[in-house]
Amino acid sequence: MTKGRILIVDDDPVVRDSLSQWFQSEDYETGACDGAASALAELARHSYEVALLDIKMPGVDGIELQHRLRELEPDMPVIIMTGYATVETAVRALKNGAYDYITKPFDPDELVHLVERALAQRAAVQEVDRLRESLTQMNPARDLIGASPAMRRVNELVQTVAPTDATVLITGESGTGKEVVARAVHAASPRRLHPLVAIHCGALTDSLLESELFGHEKGAFTGAHARKKGKFEVADGGTVFLDEIADISLHTQTDLLRVLQEKEITRVGGTQTLKVDFRAIVATNKRLEKLVEEGTFRPDLYYRLNVFTIDIPPLRSRREDIPLLIEHFLDRFAVSMNRPRQKVLPATVEMLIEYAWPGNVRELENAIERALLICRERELPPEAFPFQAHPITPAAEGRSLDEIEKHHIAAILSESQWNLSRAARILDIDRTTLYNKIRRYSLQEE
Amino acid sequence: MESVTLVAVTAANTAPDMALLDRLASRLAPVFHLSITVSNSPIDAAFAYTPERCQYYSTRLVAALAALPTRPGEHILGITPLDLFVPILTFVFGEAQLRGPAAIVSYHRLTEEFYGLPADAALLDQRLLKEAVHELGHTLGLRHCDDWSCAMASTHTVELLDLKGAELCPHCRRE
Repeated sequence: MTKGRILIVDDDPVVRDSLSQWFQSEDYETGACDGAASALAELARHSYEVALLDIKMPGVDGIELQHRLRELEPDMPVIIMTGYATVETAVRALKNGAYDYITKPFDPDELVHLVERALAQRAAVQEVDRLRESLTQMNPARDLIGASPAMRRVNELVQTVAPTDATVLITGESGTGKEVVARAVHAASPRRLHPLVAIHCGALTDSLLESELFGHEKGAFTGAHARKKGKFEVADGGTVFLDEIADISLHTQTDLLRVLQEKEITRVGGTQTLKVDFRAIVATNKRLEKLVEEGTFRPDLYYRLNVFTIDIPPLRSRREDIPLLIEHFLDRFAVSMNRPRQKVLPATVEMLIEYAWPGNVRELENAIERALLICRERELPPEAFPFQAHPITPAAEGRSLDEIEKHHIAAILSESQWNLSRAARILDIDRTTLYNKIRRYSLQEE
Repeated sequence: MESVTLVAVTAANTAPDMALLDRLASRLAPVFHLSITVSNSPIDAAFAYTPERCQYYSTRLVAALAALPTRPGEHILGITPLDLFVPILTFVFGEAQLRGPAAIVSYHRLTEEFYGLPADAALLDQRLLKEAVHELGHTLGLRHCDDWSCAMASTHTVELLDLKGAELCPHCRRE
């Protein structure tokens, strides 16, 4: 096996022949051409890994030929050979995308290293492409679980809109899987090899959200110790997913509208306008048109976002999907908990189908996780699910909402043996919130 | 290859170092297990001098060595203190005809003095031996070897030359 295939293009036969001969003695395969026409014809017949082009040739010169070669073989590094190096020549060659340039006559050591580096770079570029492709195959677009007509419709909408660059508005009750749908759109889109950057607008204050979305310059505000890229910049070439879009202030809505229209951002505290390339997917569990009527949501932003809407039905209206979702979560948790896969008794499945699921798929997911944590049996009985074992009854007369919350948190903490991370996960709140509530209600481990 | 003759290749103002050739002959013999003789008739390289490069065109010198009268199976290795080149390269340590009878090695860039260092005769002997084995290997049809320690490994700097050995690796020996 040879070290690589090199295309040599030079109108001087001495250079052409002796370079070919020399590279062959160094275990390379070579092809030699006397000009652009023969080089293009040769490249149409055989593939090469590196090209060495003389800069000065009658007719089409090396720089021009390099342009044409790039169209045919974009990954092939081109090394320009010059009679004498000038800054102008070097800049011209490199600006045109040449890998490097080398001055005749060549230092043999320099020539060998240059070609080896060019080959290594090509191999690295191809390796990255291969890995990206494998990654895509290993992490295919997350399937939207569900065979119900409603979910099939959602799937169809995802497949329809994904290849376009249209802004997508995803609506649905809390816990229906709006982010899962957003990821499915991204994964099926041409932008899938670029990042999907998600931001939960409701979780941040107005100023923090602006800084997160648009980035900030060093010194823009107290604590801005260094320049920070915003989510739109980070997502360059990819997708930005803005969850809980209804929760952003009117001021940020104005800035967001500008980004969506102009595809330009200005970092907080900065003056420079930066071009950004992204596709926007937004989600909300609120009715935006109602917010527009109430004057808390800008109508122009609403029209900009409401290009293509995907409404995800609540779980209670697609109960036939529940068994599929149960199986999906059992598979997933078996892997993440590193445990043998458990099953669910048919009676349990029946019970889960009957339940109302006000928290939708997220509630089902959490219920299964909690059941797996507390029950080690091979098949989960109905009792593994707390709303069965301890049905949530209407609050007794006179008991406040706070009291109900306190008792519920205490029960979950007890169930999870005061493992705060696990309890927070089950309650679907973050650890800090849980910790604050424990303090507020003066809860203590027994 | 049945025998090797070492021929000094010199220019008018450069006297051949015959002692160097004698030492090389005695070290080359055990590597190839055949008789190595030193010719008493140096050849003048003036015809291969290229004024614009101030160097000697090695391909022409190899051709001249190949044209010398030889016995069947005899290979000619020119040894020269002159700086050699081929048009595309700034210099060459040597050049050989693949499966041909002639080769040449220059020790111009094998001396420590060339790099501004004090002379080291022993090191020069070693480097010259390695280059001689390498070029004679080409005349036997051997190509460059991937084993960095083999004499047939391709080297373009004295640093790499110093790393490799003067022996052929088992694979090249079998070839």
